[in-house]
Amino acid sequence: MNLFGTKRLWRGVHVPENKEQTAHLPIRRLPFPPLLVVPLLQHAGKPAKAIVREGQEVVRGEPIAEADGFMSVPMHAPATGRVERIAPAPSARGELTMAIYIKPYPSASQEVLYGSDQDITQMSPAEVIAAVQATGVVGLGGAAFPTHVKLKPPQGRHIDTVVVNGCECEPYLTTDHRVMVEYPKQVLHGTRVVMRALGVERAVIGVEDNKPDAIAALRKANADRPDITIEAVAAKYPQGAEKMLVKVLLGREIPTGGLPADVGLAVFNVATLAQIGELLPHRHGLIERVVTVTGPAVSKPGNYLIPLGTPLRWVLEQAGCTDQAASIILGGPMMGPAVGSFDIPLTKGVTGVLVMPAKKAETIYPCIHCAACVDVCPLHLDPSHLGLLARKDRYEEMEEIYHLNDCFECACCSYVCPAHIPLVQYFRVAKQMNRERKARA
Amino acid sequence: MNEFLVAGGVMGGIGVALAAMLAYADRKLYVYEDPRIDEVEGMLPKANCGACGCAGCRAFAEKAVKGEIAPGKCTVSTPDGVQAIAALLQIDAGTEERRVARLACAGGPHVARHRAQYVGLQTCRAAALVNGGGKGCSWGCLGLGDCERVCDFKAITMDRHSLPVVMPSMCTACGDCVDICPKQLFSLHLVSHRLWVACKNLADGQQSELDCEVACTACGRCAADAPAGLIQIVNNLAVVDYARNALATPTPIQRCPTGAIVWMEKDKPPMRGLDAKRITRQSPLPVAEADLPLQRANSSTQGVHS
Repeated sequence: MNLFGTKRLWRGVHVPENKEQTAHLPIRRLPFPPLLVVPLLQHAGKPAKAIVREGQEVVRGEPIAEADGFMSVPMHAPATGRVERIAPAPSARGELTMAIYIKPYPSASQEVLYGSDQDITQMSPAEVIAAVQATGVVGLGGAAFPTHVKLKPPQGRHIDTVVVNGCECEPYLTTDHRVMVEYPKQVLHGTRVVMRALGVERAVIGVEDNKPDAIAALRKANADRPDITIEAVAAKYPQGAEKMLVKVLLGREIPTGGLPADVGLAVFNVATLAQIGELLPHRHGLIERVVTVTGPAVSKPGNYLIPLGTPLRWVLEQAGCTDQAASIILGGPMMGPAVGSFDIPLTKGVTGVLVMPAKKAETIYPCIHCAACVDVCPLHLDPSHLGLLARKDRYEEMEEIYHLNDCFECACCSYVCPAHIPLVQYFRVAKQMNRERKARA
Repeated sequence: MNEFLVAGGVMGGIGVALAAMLAYADRKLYVYEDPRIDEVEGMLPKANCGACGCAGCRAFAEKAVKGEIAPGKCTVSTPDGVQAIAALLQIDAGTEERRVARLACAGGPHVARHRAQYVGLQTCRAAALVNGGGKGCSWGCLGLGDCERVCDFKAITMDRHSLPVVMPSMCTACGDCVDICPKQLFSLHLVSHRLWVACKNLADGQQSELDCEVACTACGRCAADAPAGLIQIVNNLAVVDYARNALATPTPIQRCPTGAIVWMEKDKPPMRGLDAKRITRQSPLPVAEADLPLQRANSSTQGVHS
């Protein structure tokens, strides 16, 4: 609590939360699908290298692909079964990527038999980083950035505080919420693991104040140990964005084009740390994650623990979604990408599956310079002007003069625009065009 | 009266002094520029398209006068215009074989399936960033006309199946369409490259035929019928080796079952083979997923319970 009540974000928007459908539902497992498709690239960085052959039998939790360098993570078998083939599979980005197809054995016990216990208090920071990489854990908040890379700050940067992001500001999603309520011990243990790897004495867990049960569960599990504090922040979108959370919790501003390490911080998502806390002591690998399946067109919404590589079609069938014309979004409605195929496997970065009624094309009206987008932009950019420049294909100017690359596509501007201008879509195109222009030069 | 004379004298004096300075500076700082550069620039089409590889027409004129580039390299000028520049500079006009932009896709919505309906900004660039645009074939043309909009010479028009058609007579091979296409379907080719694979689908034959009726299924008939080494199947796609273009004839296209490999005729639609499947449908295919073996396996309701 500070002088003006709860710490809060001054910009951004209040969006209808729609979390009540799933916020109270405990995490439960889905049945294994008849065929799992495990893509070799589920994270930001280099694809993993397959270490299994077609026809090979694998045990649940067994490594099936190894990390290719430091900017990569291994993959583990999400089920006991047989490797059917190693072939391209559709991905959420639209292009085909190599994947390992595993047919689970119907009669297997599906026990995780791999792994052995290890004690992190006996390990050096470098060993902890290697152990985190071996679990295959990446940022489970959506970006899928390899977690062990964050544990090794760039040369000359000193980390003094770990920030744990439990905001989950996207509407509809309740995965982090349920993880905090049901696995507070694992969250705290994972936090202490990364604190040890970074040599840090202090951690702050930021949770939005619309999840009082999560805050209570974490505080109870922490039992007033002083190294970790749990802070409530006012619920507002996009409070869960790294830059916003750091500003609100600690008053530090990450510079343009910079990383949290530049202001002495390392930021992790709660679900990521819960997985580290769960997997690391047993040398297990990341084989499943919690996904919120919800939306108006789903008859059995819930928070499901889904084996990685489960095809979207299977998840939707199990959750009772029959509407073929529905619009399906992986992640939250503000930032999540729409998908065009039911064969896309769910990967490490998928936080939710949102099924919305089919969307009709909206008429786009001209910009009336009302500045609603300028008022909500959490980064103090000028989306209105950026949008006008994008319409004129002046992409270079957008980047060099109007700081296009600071935009993290939170979509507040598109959300408030009374003229329905798809600003974020313009910005994504502009960023892509700029990347290609630089690659050509 | 005296004041007028003084004022006029002072002003006149300042004027003369400044004029002298300007005249001196003009002499001293004079940069000789070949007057022919202006003349050549005046004879160029002023499209500033960059097809010649220079940064605009002025740069081309400078190089032409220095003799670093042949006037014939300007693909936008008419042959008469090129001859006039060559005559002025008294150099050889040079011959540049014409190049045109070619599209490596023939899958309009009447033959290629869309898995999902794209709703949003109606440009190919924007659509390509949303799950690849929702087309069954992830390599195919999205048909929203970015290339038509970007073409300065109006050489590209969208046909009734939302496929871009390049008019070879108007195309100057400036490369704008090559850069704008999010699927990299355009490439610049010599007009003598007449054997053309109008497909980029790298999926295996079974899958590509489900996605599109005119896709290359990598059956290998064209490679077998062509002179050795002219056509090869690389990654499930027929690839023409244009270094051996002299051997090319329309023979290899004849047995192509889908008509993916074509023979480009001058000022006529591309010629498809005799065995190519006839396309009679004009209306778009319904938006739906193709019924693939993988999907049938996945949608069985028998699950494995943990």
